[in-house]
Amino acid sequence: MTVYQLFILPFVEYGFLRRALIACFALGMGSGPVGVLLMLRRMSLVGDAMSHAVLPGAAIGFLIAGGLSLPAMGLGGLVAGLSVALLSGLVSRSTPLREDASFASFYLTSLALGVLIVSLRGSNIDLLHVLFGTILAIDATALYFIGAITSITVVTLAIIYRPLVVECFDSGFLRAVAGRGSLYHFLFLFLVVLNLVAGFQALGTLMAVGLMMLPAAVAQLWARSLPGMMLTAATTAAVSGYIGLIVSYHLGFASGPTIILTASVIYGCSLLIGPSAAMRRLLPRPHLTG
Amino acid sequence: MSPSSIHLQDVTIAFDRHPAVHHLNGSFAPGSLTAIVGPNGAGKSTLLRALMNELPLASGRIDRGHVVPTDIGYLPQAADIDRRFPITVGDVVLLGAWRQAGAFRAVSEGSVSEAWRALSAVGLAGFERRLIGSLSAGQFQRVLFARLLLQNAKLILLDEPFTAIDARTTHDLLQVVRRWHQDGRTVIAVLHDVEQVRAHFPQALLLAREPVAWGPTVTTMTADNLLRARLMAERWDENAAICDVPDQSAA
Repeated sequence: MTVYQLFILPFVEYGFLRRALIACFALGMGSGPVGVLLMLRRMSLVGDAMSHAVLPGAAIGFLIAGGLSLPAMGLGGLVAGLSVALLSGLVSRSTPLREDASFASFYLTSLALGVLIVSLRGSNIDLLHVLFGTILAIDATALYFIGAITSITVVTLAIIYRPLVVECFDSGFLRAVAGRGSLYHFLFLFLVVLNLVAGFQALGTLMAVGLMMLPAAVAQLWARSLPGMMLTAATTAAVSGYIGLIVSYHLGFASGPTIILTASVIYGCSLLIGPSAAMRRLLPRPHLTG
Repeated sequence: MSPSSIHLQDVTIAFDRHPAVHHLNGSFAPGSLTAIVGPNGAGKSTLLRALMNELPLASGRIDRGHVVPTDIGYLPQAADIDRRFPITVGDVVLLGAWRQAGAFRAVSEGSVSEAWRALSAVGLAGFERRLIGSLSAGQFQRVLFARLLLQNAKLILLDEPFTAIDARTTHDLLQVVRRWHQDGRTVIAVLHDVEQVRAHFPQALLLAREPVAWGPTVTTMTADNLLRARLMAERWDENAAICDVPDQSAA
């Protein structure tokens, strides 16, 4: 088997693999930077909570469309995810509950509701599709949908980059000088939900967040500046998608989990050999004079 | 600088109905340099946050005159800042130019050179490309001071600005404060070092939830007053009755 056959031929031969690959690249470009900011806000698990929160909306979209339709389920998921984000924000601002606590309460409610709705009408197979995604079934419509979300994400991030970074780094300062911190916070949560919805047909509600957080963790181990982290995260996500698809094709594994596991392997390697990683502690370099 | 003082009229700020600042009356004159002194739990930081309009008042009112929120520069006691955030010292200082650059406009050349001057004023020249994660606590505090310098605020609120800072840096930063005073800015600082207050701050407010004394430092920071402030009960009285001092601000 030649290198060409191993790494390129599958994509030449099969359209569904090409679409899956493009979907992964687009997802990486959007989710990577969003994941980095999410992690820097110490909201890694909020991403996880949000990915569960989109389920009832997706389920309702699934029922109305009468099957797996990414636009219908995406719209439903978007509404559900944003409601949970807004309600959690509202609760944490008006009660002593912290944001993570209110997120936990709302996403659990949302998840239970979603599973209930799916089980009312669909079969278990449908539930599995919603939970774990079907990246090889991505069609042109789904691809446009994902591409649009990625474009919106990248452009929005570029526009609100400065206030978003300040809100992340020193929210008290932004509140004092501009007084609109929560606006950017909600815009950012909107982007998080949007990207989870994009990731959802590809990887399912449970694992969409994987392409967001694992590359972000890798990026933190390699890059030192914020733009560098965002670039590293996007690249890591794209590379995970590519390698994951190749491996799953040749070995007959399920694609979604293989992609996430590839990202996990990259994360594991980064832990060992990254510039701020464990290996450097074991092999100390001599210190400098000043 | 617009000559408007900040009036506090019967200000009470309460947490869970227990007053943290109780019936405070008085004013900060324009261009005054005031130290707020008092024991732990005396309501000093609470008062600053109320001046920032971050806390609701239980009673009374604060008249800030012509000072709008963006005119206020505020250095919190323990700023809620993630010191491992990947941002450079230069970028943090440049945030002080927010009023010119805002969220979307480009940062001007003038702001950049002003930022580098501010950094050398706090003794951190050449640090602009360093990540804030590589700074010590004292150096980071100086970065925040440099940002305040750039903010060009009319009213500057400092909450224990010299905690964890060595003597030489404190001396440098006190020079910065003095320069603000000479510029005619109103500066209010929460401090613990009584000698420092006597040496550098013409005005002092001795606070122990209730105001103990407020006025020129020589008359307020007497041993007698300091003792009275120290005797303040730090604990809440769980069975405290409702305070029935009439709200004079309504009159």
